[in-house]
Parts: sequence; C-alpha cells; structure tokens
Amino acid sequence: MNASTIIFYILAATIIGGGLMAVTSRKIFRSAVFLLFSLIGIAGLYFFLDYEFIAAVQIIVYVGGIVVLIIFSIFLTHGSGEDMKRPHLGRSVFSALAAAFGCILTMFIISQPKTFPKPHYPGIEPSAANIGAQMLSTTEHGYILPFEVVSMLLLAAMIGCIVIAIKIKVPPHAILPETGEDDEETEIKAPVDVVDEINEPGLMTN
Amino acid sequence: MYDIGLFHFLFVSCALFFIGVYGFLTRRNMITMLMSVELILNSVNINFIAFNKFLFPDKLDGLFFTIFIITIAAAEAAVAIAIIINLYRNYNTIDVEEANTMKY
Repeated sequence: MNASTIIFYILAATIIGGGLMAVTSRKIFRSAVFLLFSLIGIAGLYFFLDYEFIAAVQIIVYVGGIVVLIIFSIFLTHGSGEDMKRPHLGRSVFSALAAAFGCILTMFIISQPKTFPKPHYPGIEPSAANIGAQMLSTTEHGYILPFEVVSMLLLAAMIGCIVIAIKIKVPPHAILPETGEDDEETEIKAPVDVVDEINEPGLMTN
Repeated sequence: MYDIGLFHFLFVSCALFFIGVYGFLTRRNMITMLMSVELILNSVNINFIAFNKFLFPDKLDGLFFTIFIITIAAAEAAVAIAIIINLYRNYNTIDVEEANTMKY
C-alpha cells in the first residue's frame, strides 16, 4: 500500500460517493454539487494517469461549463430549498435491482481471467503538441474529418439553442390575415402562442 | 509501473455507469436525468482513457474518442437545457410525467 494506491482509492471514493449522492439526494441543488465533486474526481483520475490535457479539458468543459449551465437552469426552474418528489417505491426498488444485477454481472465478467495484447513501450507522450499534430493531420491516422464534423455539430447545436430559447415578438397581423375589429392582442411572445391562437376558435369568430 | 492496474479503473467506471443508470431510471425530473446521463458518459470516458493508457500506450486513439465524447456531451447538455427552459416557460413544469402534450 504505497502513496499512489492510497490516492487512487481516495479518488475512486470521491467519484463513486459523489455519483451516489448525486442520484439519490432529494434537494436538486445538492445533487448538482455532488455531481461537481464526482466530475472533479474523474479529472483527478486523469491526472493520476498522466493525461494532463484530458484532465484540463474535463475541468474546463464539465466543471466550468456543464455544471454551471445545470446550476443556472436549476435557478431558472426551481424554487430554492424545495425537496423533489420521492420516487415511487416500486420503481426505485426495481431500478436498484436492475442496476445492481447489471453491475454484478459486469464486474463478474471483468474479473474473469483474460489475456490482453502486450502493450508496446515506449509509448507516445500525450502532450498537447502530439495530440494537436495527430488530430489535425490529413494522413492515414489523422482525425481531421471528425474534427470538422464536430465543429459543424457545435455550430448546429449553438444555432439550435438560440432558436429554441429565443422569444420572438410577432405582430399578429403578420401571421393572421384579419382577426376582426378588436386589436387588443398586439404582442405575442412566441410562435407557439401564435399557433395556439390560430387554433382557438373564439378569436376567429369575434 | 503502477500498483493500480487496468482492472481497478474498469471497476470504478462500471460502478459509475450503473449509478448513472439507476439515477436515469428513478429520477423523473429532467435536469437530474441529464445529470445521470453525464455520469454515464463520464464512465465511458474513464474506460477509454484506461484502455489507452494500459494497453495501447503507443497510440492516442482512446484519447481522441474521449475528446469527441466531451465535445458532444457539451453540445447535448446545451441543447437539452434550452429545451428544458422552453418547456418550463410554456408548461411551468419540468417533470417528465406531466409533459405529455405530444403523447396522443
């Protein structure tokens, strides 16, 4: 039992304990904070394996981006300090049984003796220079095509977020030809509301 | 080189994956379901990194898969949260049991 073993077990306890508390806590903000601990533990595991670049990306994207986004959305959609509804007893029992059986089966399969191919040493240093050179190379083992596809995906996701979350102010005469003599509805918040008002028969008759 | 081998990492990622599956099956709140999905994706990333480190140290392929999974998870979380906030704005709830307008 040397220092690296102790560090590994501390990291593993952080990850699994944080994950367990994140899925079982009934206060949603605490659940997000435990998810944060779990993700930081995973970044520590990457540092433990000497993959510093991936660890930095994990901290920047997950801890700095996704968890902050989740906390923002919790603040926008929940009152502070409310408990979430307790899940149905039958559903939680059967989910726990399914997860436990799957976990035991997978761990049993992992623990069977098996042979892996011998690793070739010396390995490549996983530095940012090597990663960038291989990711942007156009030769046989380069990753330039997935890189470009992912850039298009990010662009599409960004435009999609804006389109979903935007509030459009549409004057009703631009959509409806003539609604009658009363012009009370001058502002409609989103296209969904416009569709609702078209489908509503009361607006067309008066 | 290490006392900690490949199998330690596989056990950690297996436990984390099934914790995420349990959360995804029990939670009925969209934000917590999204958090469970993030746990599942992270366990997959641990697997990729551990296999790359212990079996193929002369290649960087597992590391690229991890980078792309992190990127796509970020895009997915952003779109999911935009949908959740729009749903909350229109229906005033983010419970998946109550969001049944398109069901019938």
